[in-house]
Amino acid sequence: MSPTQFEIKSYPDMWESLGMNVERFEKMRCVLGDVYQTTFLAQEDRPQRMDYFNWIISEIHGGRIREILDAKKEGRPVVGTFCVYVPEELVLAANGICIGLCGGSQGPVPDAEKTLPRNICPMVKSAYGFKVAKVCPYFQSVDFVYGETTCDAKKKTWELLNREVPTYVMEIPQMKRERDKTLWLEEVQDFKAQMENVTGKTITTEAVTGAIKTMNNKRKALQRLNRLQHHNPSPISGKDVLLIEQIAFYDDPVRFAEKVNLLCDELDERVKKGISVAPSTAPRVLISGTPMAMPNWKAHNLVEKAGGVVVNDESCIGTRYFKDLMDENMTDLDSQLRALTDRYMKIDCSCFTPNDDRVDQVLKEYSDSGAQGILHYSLQFCHTYNIEAIKIKEACEKEGIPFLAIESDYSPEDIGQMQTRIEAFLEQIKGLRK
Amino acid sequence: MVVGIDLGSRTIKVAAVEGGRLVALQIAESGYDPHRQSLEMIKEYHPARIIATGYGRHLAKRHFADEVITEIKAHALGARHFFPECRTIVDVGGQDTKVIALDESGRVLNFQMNDKCAAGTGRFLEIMASSLGYGLSEFGAEALNGKGDVRISNMCTVFAESEVISLKNHGTLPADIARAVHLSVIERLIAMLARVGYGDTIVFTGGVAKNPAAVNLLQERLDIRILVPEPPDIVGALGAALHGEANSASGITSAGG
Repeated sequence: MSPTQFEIKSYPDMWESLGMNVERFEKMRCVLGDVYQTTFLAQEDRPQRMDYFNWIISEIHGGRIREILDAKKEGRPVVGTFCVYVPEELVLAANGICIGLCGGSQGPVPDAEKTLPRNICPMVKSAYGFKVAKVCPYFQSVDFVYGETTCDAKKKTWELLNREVPTYVMEIPQMKRERDKTLWLEEVQDFKAQMENVTGKTITTEAVTGAIKTMNNKRKALQRLNRLQHHNPSPISGKDVLLIEQIAFYDDPVRFAEKVNLLCDELDERVKKGISVAPSTAPRVLISGTPMAMPNWKAHNLVEKAGGVVVNDESCIGTRYFKDLMDENMTDLDSQLRALTDRYMKIDCSCFTPNDDRVDQVLKEYSDSGAQGILHYSLQFCHTYNIEAIKIKEACEKEGIPFLAIESDYSPEDIGQMQTRIEAFLEQIKGLRK
Repeated sequence: MVVGIDLGSRTIKVAAVEGGRLVALQIAESGYDPHRQSLEMIKEYHPARIIATGYGRHLAKRHFADEVITEIKAHALGARHFFPECRTIVDVGGQDTKVIALDESGRVLNFQMNDKCAAGTGRFLEIMASSLGYGLSEFGAEALNGKGDVRISNMCTVFAESEVISLKNHGTLPADIARAVHLSVIERLIAMLARVGYGDTIVFTGGVAKNPAAVNLLQERLDIRILVPEPPDIVGALGAALHGEANSASGITSAGG
């Protein structure tokens, strides 16, 4: 680790041109840099090839934004999304850039609360706050947002967000019957039409094939990282894997896959040489539940600070994003759109009813990852995940798996209580091993 | 001798053990400087090891404790010392409420803690008592005289206080309101117990277990045996000390327990 203080690079002129609140953003930038230093760079025995991801973070509000703005000048569309149901392949096929917009910080929540009710999900409040306070360069750079109807807070907030930035809404069915799949296929077709509208160019079969390959490569790289994370003792911390999973949502997909694979090569070497970030006796935790948008590192940080290691993320930021690949050899657009519909229908989000596939998936990942306990993490007011946690808990009781459910938001005030629960959970895991 | 110290939100508890026996105990207000208060309390002992638990455990570890364990583990160990067969523990302290399920050998199987507000904790009772003009100890005694099924429906401490004030102004008897306040705490506790599951006896610990109305209402509502150690608020500190003694014998000193 370099002794110099980590810094997130400042680009005030560019931010000014994006219409941002530069003075306020400058403060947020410094805070994020400090948190990154203590949360990530202070880790011992970190893989060397995390350097690329450190660099990406240092350029999170500059270098990557510059790339996006340059792409825009070439006429490439930039789409902001908030959900892994929006088919990224179609954005890439239209030669566009897909940015998974985040909403993982407490900072802009008070801005959102000037308008939105307080008792809704912190991710929705944070995302909306980023836009109205003009403190997210990604939000300022997108041509439009493609939202969806996964939950009530989101779908109603899109109506308000549309006043700030053009916001289209894709209807996500809430069940998985044949007629729901028909609706979903039509929504995917509409999304393609929207991309074609924006660019004025038709999306071809070849372009979709290329996009499927790009996305498959990115997902395969993340799958490889996930398998390496399962190794005991762990060659990489759960925190670092979470960070990479978060970066997956806004980095260039081709470069990202290449860098993740290079890191995995190093991790393979570490496994061979027995280099690890935690002893093999460290309690191994699978985290399941709502996604953790950057910079929400709270749960992972607490688990690893207490001597545990996070070995798998079952969430939209984790396996739900990359577990399913697609056939690369389809020869017509119609089959491709159907295959896209099928691929995205496999995502087991709690907005569906019933959603028992997810319970099986959590148990499968538990056994694949060699975890010793399941920490269910739900954001406050995320009713579907909060309620579904009951079914996960029952499945864990049946299998004798230590289980802990935590409900939290982005504010730091419950860290003490979360820490007590997580430490007690790790004690419980160790106690049951004896 | 091994000393266990439980730095709670309202009080600090110290237990000294020798050969698995409790030989000394102290309980004092946390005050404004829990670190200094702790040092004051332990200075008369010369323990081989000090194990800290409770809200301030990490503060203690930074300054004087050899090891920390969580309140959950400490209560599991402490409650089994008083009641070796115990499988369910309910602990209601100043800021936290917890329910712990143990297997037959005393290992923690499952636990629940209250949400991040003070609802259903000792602090909640304290605020309601002062709103009704009672001291903490007479509050519980008075609730025993209360009757009827007046309900406090708000679990938010701030809103519940307004509810108490509005009941007062409707002429409801203070004893009946006191009973209602206790009932609201107990019903919340029962919901937590239902989530964790419980057997035919429950060990009730923490400062609130000194409150006769709380114990009676829990017993009455669940119709099972409630066991209260004496004193009920020493259980965490005792568990910490017992952990320290057991682990110094086997030479284990890990930070996480």
